This record gives sequence, structure tokens and C-alpha cells, in this order.
Amino acid sequence: MTAAQSPPATRRSIPWNQHPIASPMLGIAGILLFLAVWELASRTGIVNPRFLPPASEVLLQLGRNFVSADFWTAVGQTMTSWAIGLAIAAAAATVIGFIIGGSDFLRRATHTTIEFLRPIPSVALIPLAVLLFGVSIESSLLLIVYASFWQILIQVLYGTADVDNVAMDTARSYGLGWWARVRHVVWPTTLPYLITGLRLGAAVALVLAITAELVIGTEGLGKQIELNRSGGSVVPMYALVIATGLIGVVINIGMRFVERRALRWHSSVRGDVAV
Amino acid sequence: MSLAKRLAYFVGLPILLLVLWWALTIGNTNFFVPKPLQLFEIFGDVWFGDRLVTDVLPSIGRLLAGVAISIVLGIVLGIVIGSVRLLRQLTEPSLEFLRAIPPPVLIPVLALIIGINDQMKVAVIIFGCIWPVLLNTIEGVRAVDPVLNDTCSVYGISGGARMRYLVLRSASPQIMTGIRQSLSIGLILMVISEMFGSSSGLGYAIVQFQRTFSVPEMWTGIILLGLLGVALSLVFQFTEKRVLRWYHGLREVDR
Repeated sequence: MTAAQSPPATRRSIPWNQHPIASPMLGIAGILLFLAVWELASRTGIVNPRFLPPASEVLLQLGRNFVSADFWTAVGQTMTSWAIGLAIAAAAATVIGFIIGGSDFLRRATHTTIEFLRPIPSVALIPLAVLLFGVSIESSLLLIVYASFWQILIQVLYGTADVDNVAMDTARSYGLGWWARVRHVVWPTTLPYLITGLRLGAAVALVLAITAELVIGTEGLGKQIELNRSGGSVVPMYALVIATGLIGVVINIGMRFVERRALRWHSSVRGDVAV
Repeated sequence: MSLAKRLAYFVGLPILLLVLWWALTIGNTNFFVPKPLQLFEIFGDVWFGDRLVTDVLPSIGRLLAGVAISIVLGIVLGIVIGSVRLLRQLTEPSLEFLRAIPPPVLIPVLALIIGINDQMKVAVIIFGCIWPVLLNTIEGVRAVDPVLNDTCSVYGISGGARMRYLVLRSASPQIMTGIRQSLSIGLILMVISEMFGSSSGLGYAIVQFQRTFSVPEMWTGIILLGLLGVALSLVFQFTEKRVLRWYHGLREVDR
């Protein structure tokens, strides 16, 4: 498969693109190629440069953003609602998930309700958020919490359902109380699922944070993008779009890091449960 | 479990919640709080008149068109990229980045390039929905069982037959996971793209109700979107059960 797995004694030359550093190098080449195509498409006028400015100008603007206080203020506002929303959703989903997951009766009784509420698109709540909170951070929070709550809750429910019956019975016969059972049996089983839910929820929360700013107009990157669009400043708009993508990448990498750290003790770090 | 007991579990809590909602709002005169009976009465008037033709059906049409195009494109591109190692290495970081861009920010971008019209809305849905399908297909194609692969070579199965019976088959659980994610993203993008400088569609209608303070009508819109989401997920579950029957069967046996 990869070069690392082939025995070192063999003299057979491996294909050049299976060299260990080939993948990252090719990845960078791919990004450069992508930027070059973008640049050419704009410079030669295949796409009207008024609508798609050259990549170089956008990247320059992005560089200027990185030293501008306004940009970091907007990033801060977006990330604040992201973090608060995700924290509320995670706390609520964990507590409710453990309560529902801990009882067979509750699990069965809530099944249809959860399956009905879960697919409701959180953006349907935008008008409600505007009526209730207007242009303030609570509007963003309502959307973020609603969207990421279900992602995390479903994972927690999967997790609590996965508890090993033998382990549970053992804990019971050793006389562990309710709290001790939750702490030492249910919690370790559920943690990997909870973290998967957090990772999914974190991505969704960012989407909803930006959406709320874009559509409702709460302060943050999304609002800046919309202001630049309506003001016709195309280059700054593209720079901000790239910035949101970078934030997304950082969140993904960060959550994967958290996942590895939190589950270091776990004998077999589970594959993701498909969601 | 007896049928009656199952039915009770199935509808028990929803009915309880509805009754609670009805009881708590019975004497309520607050303008913002909707009443279940009132919503039930106006739901038909609001959505099954002219709006069905001018707003609801076009919205659903755009959603289905966008999702269908992204599924086809995603699977085709995914198979190509997934089977060529060099292509995969070249595109992986770029795709990771493109996928990380929150899809709604593409609405202003595409509004600029294409203008605000139907094509733009479908394009927004495609740009948002294609990533889960594409990336999951790539992963699925990449993870084809090497033994099966060799077996196919030995038996001289190649080309279309290999694609159909080996590659698509073994990637299908992953592909279905991708499709499920894109369905919910597609619904979200359908609504937002219509809230954004549009003159028709479900999203537009709901925002219009909110701006004119037609609160009960707005609530029926929220409920309609919810029903649409539930309907989509039911259709998906049904399709998934049929397409992946062999896979679920296999997993049962493995246990």
C-alpha cells in the first residue's frame, strides 16, 4: 500500500508519488494549481474580473485583513457566538441524553418526537429569532443551539445505548450506586460518541453562526461579507469568504486534535458512527 | 411488545405535548404565541392556495434539482478521484478547504457571478451539497476490499461490470451517508437562498410573513419546513433500507 509498509529490504523502486513526502507536496501543488487556474480565469477574462477578481488580489487583501483590527473584531464576534452556542448545546444535549438514555421507557417514548424535531432545518427559525431577539447575539445563539443540539444528542443516545450489559450488571452486583454507574460505566462508553457529536456540532455551529450574521445581520464575519457585497467591494468579500473557509479548517483540525487527546486512553479509538 | 403498547409509545409523547401546548395557550392573548387549533385552521388556506404553485412547488423543485445534480456529480467525480492516486493527492487539501467553507457564504458570491435567479439558487444548493457526497465517495472507492479487487481482476471483470458490481457496491454505504448529509444541507440552503433577495419561494414567503407581523402564518411556514424535513428524511430512510439491504443484512450476521 504505502511506502512505509513495504519491507525496507526490497530493492524494487517505489513509484515516485508513493514517497512519504509526496502526498503533502502534491497537496500543496494542487492548491497552487487551483489558485493559478483562478488567477488565469480572471486575468484572461473568461470570468468577468469584476465578479471574480484574480486570486493574487484576494490573497493580498486577506493578508491585509490579518493585520487589521476590524477583521479580528469580526472574527471574535463570530467565534464568540460559535463558542457560547456550542457550549450550551453540548451541555444540554449531554444532560438530556444521559437522562433519556438511562431509561428504556424514556428512550422509547421520546423516539418519535426526537425523530420529528431533528430534521427541522434550523434556518426555519430565522423569522422567529428576528421577532424574539432582533439583531442581537441571542438570535445567532437560538439557531446555533438548535442546530448543534440534535447532532450531539443523537450521538449521546447512541453512546448510552452501546453500554455493555455485562459491565453494567457487574457494576450493579458490586453495589455501585446510580451516580457511580454513570461515572464509571456509562460515561466512558459514551465519551467517544459525545466527542464525535461535538465535532459534527462544531462544524454545524459555524455554518449557523455565519448564516445568522449573513441573513439576520448580527455582528460578525457574515455581516461584513454581506456589507461588502451590497457595497460592491468584491475583493474584500472574497477575502472574507476565504477567511471563513480557513476558520472552518482550523475548527476541523482542532476538533480532531481534541478527539485524539480526550480518547488517548481508549483502546481502540472507534471509527466514526455514520451520521 | 403488543401492538397497542407500541402505538402508545409511538404517539404518546407527541399527543401529550400537543395537548399541553393547547392547554397552556387556551387563554393566552400574547400575539407571538401561536395556538395549535388556529394554526391547524389556517395552514391549508395559507399553503394550499396560490402559494402551492408560486412558492412551495418551485422551492421543492429547485431543492430536488440541486440535490440530484450534486449526487450525480459527486459520485462521478468521486469515483474518478478515488481511483486515481495522483489525483487524490493533488486535490485532497483543496477539497478539505472547499468543504470547510460554510456553504451560506457562497450565496453572496454566486449572487454576484450568476445574478439572483433560479440558476443561482440551484448552484448554491449544488455547491453546498456536493462535498459530503464527493468526499464520502472518494473514501468509499479508496476503501474497496483489496481481496475483492484482486478477485475481480482474476476473473477478468473490468470496465462497467467492475464499476457496477465492485466499486459502486462497496462504496454505497459511504455514498448513502454522504447523501443523507447533503439532504439536510440542501434544505437549509434552499431556505436561505430564498431569504436572500428573492421574490418567491418558501423562504421568501416566511420572511415576508415575519416582516408584516403575520405571526400565525409565519408559524405555519416553520411547521411546513419541518414537515418537509421530516418527509425528506423518511424518503431517504426508505431508499437507504432498499439500496443497502445487503449491507444491513451483512452487519446483522457479523454481530
